[in-house]
Amino acid sequence: MIVSKQKPFSEILASLENISRVFLIGCAKCATVCKSGGEEQVWRMQEDLIAAGKEVTGSMVIDEACHMLRVQRDLRAKGEMVTAAEALIVLSCGAGVQSVSAGSDRATIAALDTLFLGNIRRFGQFEQRCSLCGECRLNETAGICPVTACPKGILNGPCGGMSEGKCEVSPDAECAWYQIFVRLRDRDGRPLSPETTPPKDFSKLVKPGSLTLER
Amino acid sequence: MTSPLHELLAADRFAVTAEISPPKGSDCGEFLEKARALRGTVDAINVTDNQGANMRISPLAPAALLVREGIEPILQLTCRDRNRLALQSELLAAAAFGVTNVLALTGDYITFGDHAAAKPVFDLDAVQLLQAITTLNAGRDLAGTALHGVPRFYPGAAAAPEAEPFELTLAKLRKKAAAGARFFQTQALFSPEKLIRFGEAVRPLGVKVIAGVILIKSAGMARYMNARIPGLTVPQELVAELDDAPRPLETGTAIARRLVATLRPHCDGIHIMAMGKEELIPEILADLHRGD
Ligand code: SF4
Ligand code: SF4
Repeated sequence: MIVSKQKPFSEILASLENISRVFLIGCAKCATVCKSGGEEQVWRMQEDLIAAGKEVTGSMVIDEACHMLRVQRDLRAKGEMVTAAEALIVLSCGAGVQSVSAGSDRATIAALDTLFLGNIRRFGQFEQRCSLCGECRLNETAGICPVTACPKGILNGPCGGMSEGKCEVSPDAECAWYQIFVRLRDRDGRPLSPETTPPKDFSKLVKPGSLTLER
Repeated sequence: MTSPLHELLAADRFAVTAEISPPKGSDCGEFLEKARALRGTVDAINVTDNQGANMRISPLAPAALLVREGIEPILQLTCRDRNRLALQSELLAAAAFGVTNVLALTGDYITFGDHAAAKPVFDLDAVQLLQAITTLNAGRDLAGTALHGVPRFYPGAAAAPEAEPFELTLAKLRKKAAAGARFFQTQALFSPEKLIRFGEAVRPLGVKVIAGVILIKSAGMARYMNARIPGLTVPQELVAELDDAPRPLETGTAIARRLVATLRPHCDGIHIMAMGKEELIPEILADLHRGD
């Protein structure tokens, strides 16, 4: 899922300087799970905005804000409430915000910062395991991603900062290459491959990405 | 032979190197003063590259100035700040200036330095950078295109002989050697044991070992290094010795001098990191008998 967190309220207020009427939009998927843009957060945002002297014309939580057609349909269904607002405050990831900005002629305000594609370790605890690099290496690295787990994303073993299996960047964390080394040894009974991994092909990652499935 | 350093090491003669940080700013005067003072004392001078992720002049300029002075540089090059185009073009520029020794490094992480908000690059890692150097030496760039004017680099790499687990460290070092590293300059060492283990493991790879000796200027610096510099441990007895010392810098110099003598039999060269006190290097090397 996409992990996001709310921007400081003061920052949101600052972007509403000349705006008094707003409509609020949350997302029922990722932003709900990470408690940044579900029913509860939309409700609290509404209360805070009213307390700050803003008028809230209405709100909704879209089933998945990244779905562009659904966003358009839901915005239309809210008719008056949306048109009465000067701006739409969106509590979803950046993708969701852009479905809204593309589907409405109102000013759109992003209320969240979008952080990473995250695994859920336990409720309320998220960890980045994949950075969507476009060229998955997990089959060669015992299922541990060095592109993500190593802050430098290096592909040929630990850097000179690895010490006692710990990472130079965050000494509480295990070095990605130590994790790979241990798992290969203990699970597969083999050492790190002596083959040098060539540089990554970043042309597979030209932005903006797009994919159209064949029918 | 590609460089005097290469010649020296290939002839099994003992090499001495030292590192000097380039200035933060464009005035290389003091840098050159320090380097000139070491003429005849050391064989080559490492020019560090935004060391500790702190922005300084590109090492290329001071390295080129050294060449002009007839002093041999070892250009350090990290993957942190440049993508593969910039690395290759920097290398070609180095070759055009007559720089031949290159130390290929991954680079300390960017948040350690003075531009913590900058984008870390790491397009290549140290192994891939060594491959790039080998490829350039063979007359091609990483895209396979022939070069007009082919460099002749003598490539080296860094090594941390004390980093555990050693088997994992070694796996990486093997890749570095296979990618073209011809010498290793090591992290600072404080006892011969780990150097002996390291030498036994890497010598069969056809790589020369230049052992690192650091000048510890005070007990505070020793504690700082133990807490903050990975892959390096100043033994307690040395910290105590510095603690008790009335003049810590003198004691630190004596410790470095002792280390040079203890490490000498187990390596092909010594690399001195004097941490800004380069004027003490001759004293640190006073007992070094090169045997040639
Ligand atoms: S290698 Fe890592 S970042 Fe790339 S796709 Fe696989 S898990 Fe994701
Ligand atoms: S210690 Fe390991 S995980 Fe940390 S930056 Fe170095 S290689 Fe990457």
